[in-house]
Amino acid sequence: MSTLVIADHDNQVLKGATRNTIAAASMLGSDVVVLVAGSDCQAVAQSAAAVAGVSKVLLADSPHYKDGLPESLADFVVGLTGGGQFSHILASATAFGKSVAPRIAAMLDVAQVSEIISVESPDTFVRPIYAGNAFATVQSKDKIKVITVRATGFDAAAVTGGTGTVESVPAGPDSGKSVLVGRELTKSDRPELTAAKVIVSGGRGMGSAEAFKVLEPLADKLGAAMGASRAAVDAGYVPNDWQVGQTGKIVAPELYFAVGISGAIQHLAGMKDSRVIVAINKDEEAPIFSVADYGIVGDLFQVVPELVKELG
Amino acid sequence: MKVMVPVKRVVDYNVKVRVKSDGTGVETANVKMSMNPFDEIGIEEALRLKEAGAATEVIAVSCGPAACQETLRTALALGADRAILVQTDVELQPLAVAKLLKALVDKEQPKMAIVGKQAIDDDCNQTGQMLSALLGWSQATFASKVKVDGDKLTVTREVDGGLETINITLPAVITTDLRLNEPRYVTLPNIMKAKKKPLEILTPEALGVDVTPRLITLKVAEPPARKAGIKVPDVKALVDKLKNEAKVIS
Ligand SMILES: Cc1cc2nc3c(=O)[nH]c(=O)nc-3n(C[C@H](O)[C@H](O)[C@H](O)COP(=O)(O)OP(=O)(O)OC[C@H]3O[C@@H](n4cnc5c(N)ncnc54)[C@H](O)[C@@H]3O)c2cc1C
Repeated sequence: MSTLVIADHDNQVLKGATRNTIAAASMLGSDVVVLVAGSDCQAVAQSAAAVAGVSKVLLADSPHYKDGLPESLADFVVGLTGGGQFSHILASATAFGKSVAPRIAAMLDVAQVSEIISVESPDTFVRPIYAGNAFATVQSKDKIKVITVRATGFDAAAVTGGTGTVESVPAGPDSGKSVLVGRELTKSDRPELTAAKVIVSGGRGMGSAEAFKVLEPLADKLGAAMGASRAAVDAGYVPNDWQVGQTGKIVAPELYFAVGISGAIQHLAGMKDSRVIVAINKDEEAPIFSVADYGIVGDLFQVVPELVKELG
Repeated sequence: MKVMVPVKRVVDYNVKVRVKSDGTGVETANVKMSMNPFDEIGIEEALRLKEAGAATEVIAVSCGPAACQETLRTALALGADRAILVQTDVELQPLAVAKLLKALVDKEQPKMAIVGKQAIDDDCNQTGQMLSALLGWSQATFASKVKVDGDKLTVTREVDGGLETINITLPAVITTDLRLNEPRYVTLPNIMKAKKKPLEILTPEALGVDVTPRLITLKVAEPPARKAGIKVPDVKALVDKLKNEAKVIS
């Protein structure tokens, strides 16, 4: 039996989260096969084949897989399982993986185990529930286990070391159920939020989109990605994809700065596994201080520029 | 066009849940329960479609114990036209809920289902996608904007890198994200009115759906606690700690 990992990619680059998913797949004790479905995505297939632990890459290259739309892709994956060779189907808990995996599970009439953070055995997994305030250990008796993997739970498999072969497979039909019109992707020279070693996040306390910029020199100095609370995104200070939390991105950098963020459970759910947390808040009672390793009580508009200066 | 909106009764988002000492789950006795916030957004979107003339009827549905009637009454007070409860005391997992919803869709024939992207209790993020697959409908997850033009929908979605816009054709399942709308509040007169709106009660058996759980929860435990940190007096002390104690910057 083999484990099928559905690669998340943009037809050029394999998304980092896929390597965390491959790491989880490698713990299941069988061969790891990666599906790269896309258009003109040969390069992605090559890099997937090189990832440590991958034994084979299935490449399905067709224009209707270009945009990662879930309907045709889910039909196709279900078709691949027909031979009965896959015991597990894994996807990353990214916007892409979350959209496609449950469709596959439903069509196979099996449960999905969402956002696992640990593999206890090939049928038993740990997953956070209630915004990470409890960890559930769940067992699946289904014939095929469909799983999404939370990247912060698994160290990414190495970029190289794999000796996988790439095998082209014929694409399935185009369901035509959805069509991409366009994307408005946030442009940034900073590291990607979920891959960054350091993250500087701001909350409602930043006050405005203009004032949010006070965090930029700090992020520049530390080579950090920038994040935000839901309140800061809702208020329009920063784009939606900066949201960290239960219903945004889950991050676990080496160092996380929470600036002008109160520390609601929904925010903590997304960042409390960071190695070191620093909180800057003018309210000494703010709940964020209960998870912060180092806290400074003060006005962020004074503290942040001072900090930038002190970092030299 | 009829629009169906499933609503789930969950522990209120303001409650800090506690794990039961026997490790079987979290404490839900005497805890404030509310409608899952993403489902409130779903109801709001359906109401706006109706107000704009794109929808004719908003049907709120829930699956679970008798207490879910409260959640449905809230949906009715918000403006849903009628409600259906599929009543059962069996623990319902997303696949079972999706099957129940499919049975209701077969019965009621809506053209659209607006489903919360995730429930804030089990954090599964599955039901809408599963329903869409079981029905063979189009799917638009994590919607932050929905434009209806006859049979065609233009949906803007929140994705990892920003926003993405897709075109889909009805019938379709949409799942709601936080920025889709800001739900209205329930008013007292509307609570009174809601008491008179129809609320039908069905069972999984009557719908011919097997809801037996597929996943077995072996244990529920507290997550590892972070050890308490310290407050530092100034940025100088902070930088010193980050460099020399945490060794996280150089
Ligand atoms: C369904 C649902 C999902 C949610 N998902 C998420 C999620 O994924 N992520 C998330 O973050 N939230 C989420 N939330 C929202 C969450 O409950 C909080 O409302 C939100 O995190 C608060 O953001 P905040 O800390 O920026 O704002 P606030 O709670 O308003 O805190 C602002 C803080 O800034 C401080 N401050 C103000 N001015 C200054 C200053 N000059 N200097 C220093 N400090 C200052 C204040 O003391 C305060 O502590 C969700 C809520 C719901 C209902």
